[in-house]
Amino acid sequence: MKPTKAWLAGVGTVALVVSACGSSGGSGSGKLTKVGAGEGALSIIAWAGYAEDGSTDPKQNWVGPFAEKTGCKTTVKVGNTSDEMLQLMRTGDYDGVSASGDATLRLIAAGDVTEVNTALVPNYKDISAFLKDQNYNSKGGKQYGIPHGWGANYLMWNTDVVKPDPDSWGAVFDANSPYKGKVTAYDAPIYIADAALYLMKTKPELGIKDPYSLDDAQFKATVDLLKAQKGIIGSYWSLYTDAQGAFTQGNTVIGTTWQVIKGLVDIDAKAKVKAIIPKEGATAWSDTWMVSSKAKHPNCMYLWLDYITSPDVQAQVAQWFGEAPANPKACDVSADMKTHCATYQATDEAFHKQLYYWTTPTKECLDGRGAKCVAFADWAKAWTEIKG
Amino acid sequence: MADAMTAGGPGRRLSRALHRRPRARLAALLTAPVVWLVVAYLGALAALLATALFSIDEFTSAIVHKIGFSNFREILTSSVYRAVTVRSVGIALAVTAIDIAIGLPIAFYLAKVASSRVRSFAAVAVLLPLWASYLVKAYAWRAIVTPSGGVLDRWFGGTPGFGAVSVTLTLAYLWLPYMILPIFAGLERLPDSLLEASADLGGKAGRTFASVIVPLIVPAIVAGSIFTFSLSMGDYITVRIVGGTTQMLGSVVYANFVDNLPFAAAYSVVPVVIMFVYLSLARRTGAFENL
Repeated sequence: MKPTKAWLAGVGTVALVVSACGSSGGSGSGKLTKVGAGEGALSIIAWAGYAEDGSTDPKQNWVGPFAEKTGCKTTVKVGNTSDEMLQLMRTGDYDGVSASGDATLRLIAAGDVTEVNTALVPNYKDISAFLKDQNYNSKGGKQYGIPHGWGANYLMWNTDVVKPDPDSWGAVFDANSPYKGKVTAYDAPIYIADAALYLMKTKPELGIKDPYSLDDAQFKATVDLLKAQKGIIGSYWSLYTDAQGAFTQGNTVIGTTWQVIKGLVDIDAKAKVKAIIPKEGATAWSDTWMVSSKAKHPNCMYLWLDYITSPDVQAQVAQWFGEAPANPKACDVSADMKTHCATYQATDEAFHKQLYYWTTPTKECLDGRGAKCVAFADWAKAWTEIKG
Repeated sequence: MADAMTAGGPGRRLSRALHRRPRARLAALLTAPVVWLVVAYLGALAALLATALFSIDEFTSAIVHKIGFSNFREILTSSVYRAVTVRSVGIALAVTAIDIAIGLPIAFYLAKVASSRVRSFAAVAVLLPLWASYLVKAYAWRAIVTPSGGVLDRWFGGTPGFGAVSVTLTLAYLWLPYMILPIFAGLERLPDSLLEASADLGGKAGRTFASVIVPLIVPAIVAGSIFTFSLSMGDYITVRIVGGTTQMLGSVVYANFVDNLPFAAAYSVVPVVIMFVYLSLARRTGAFENL
């Protein structure tokens, strides 16, 4: 091969690659008006534990019965993080996703998901009112998904080590903490909102009204708080099993957690832990089943939306994953489930009021102050900077 | 095959045709690997460079296909990315130094001292860790350096804990065989007569080592260091398992590649450039003949 030809081949490759990259993006197919017969297949992205087919634990299988009932052969792709789910949805290979609030608005804005006709999902009417038509699952009065379940980000500590019992998030933001090196925090840009919530309650002079709507000065103060916090962090966690291990082994004695992690640490019984919603309140997540705008099996996806929000299935998922069901009727299916709902305060309105649900920060402030807030892309960059 | 040859079958005819046309022969030999090299290998690199010039939509994280250098500007001007780069190079150099310090005596023992039975046994011992999964070994090190109740903590009363030091130790352990093998090969090629000559001329062990052995095996050491250095530079899993809050080049790329693919692409050009410089320095020592 002569050098000129090699060069040409190289240029050709670049041109091919660039043109291949340029042809993405699609058009929304609009919302469905009628659920027809199932297409015989369904392909969804879900958080681990949301769509079990018996492969993790033979007793946990609600995907199999769905396939039998509807004829929709279902394949489940587990998404490990919100970002991964976003990326998977953009491939257009999936019919739907169980998205958290830090991904939903991005999916809507990019046209990856389409409006959902809630009238076609009979179980929708039973879902807790406080989960419907929220700023993370709707836009301009249009509903973009069906709520799945929710949970708060608790403050958990090891009761043998941390004394006295903390009642404030200040315990994880104190740069002179006696538990230096054994503090943990959630490893994602959305954790910045936890620090913002703390400042919102403790530094009123900053004027933070919503932890997801931060202008430049408020954002800087929040990032500074997190940079100071980094000095006392032992390790951040992103997989809940890592957090469970760290608390069980005693490498972590205090930090932010999910109810499911506390449950697993309690089962191991090697470390004594307690988890609360501190006096400042807490951030929380509420997950939403969304329908892809490029869905190849929209009918099966709608059948799934109704199936996954039916009381019996909601009860199974809520108990297996460790969260509050979106459909409170799930609390009545068994005595176990009643206890479960009490633990997770699933129907407690007052509890729910102190929670600030994950949503995607945008330039247009979500609290209505205008276009002067820091957008998510900068949250993501700041998170790298905070970790140094 | 034998039939084809004797009967002048298709195989024989093909071989005759190829014999007459050397260009066709070469094309048949090289087409597949060249296509692989250009499309899969250089193509991927070209895609990486092209992506690095794009940017993303602030809100949706969708890629905006507009050429610009903002990603590179940010990498060069922001102190955090400089710090991460320096830390990664530092860890890679430390890993390389530790592996040379441990690998050199082991390789020397294997090549020049051990009896042939011991040698084959020891060679297996050196290679055996390569049979175990990378993840298993990294998690084993997590158990070793864990601050409360880890192996070091319980039996030796102290541990570096999760952080850059543990990352360095773990990587040094993981890549040690890649250092020992090239040095071993280099030493095997070193004739014993040179060592005897040095001794005959009155050279003591230390002098022989410094003036005869080291200069002759420098290329082999550099060859080994290419493995340890480049593998350490690219790591993002070990640092997650034993690194605590430490960030390295690989972990920053990993953290960005979904949210901001163009930035991740731009940042992954940094280790490519560093390795390019490293390899061009290594080439001067003649290390490539020892790979």
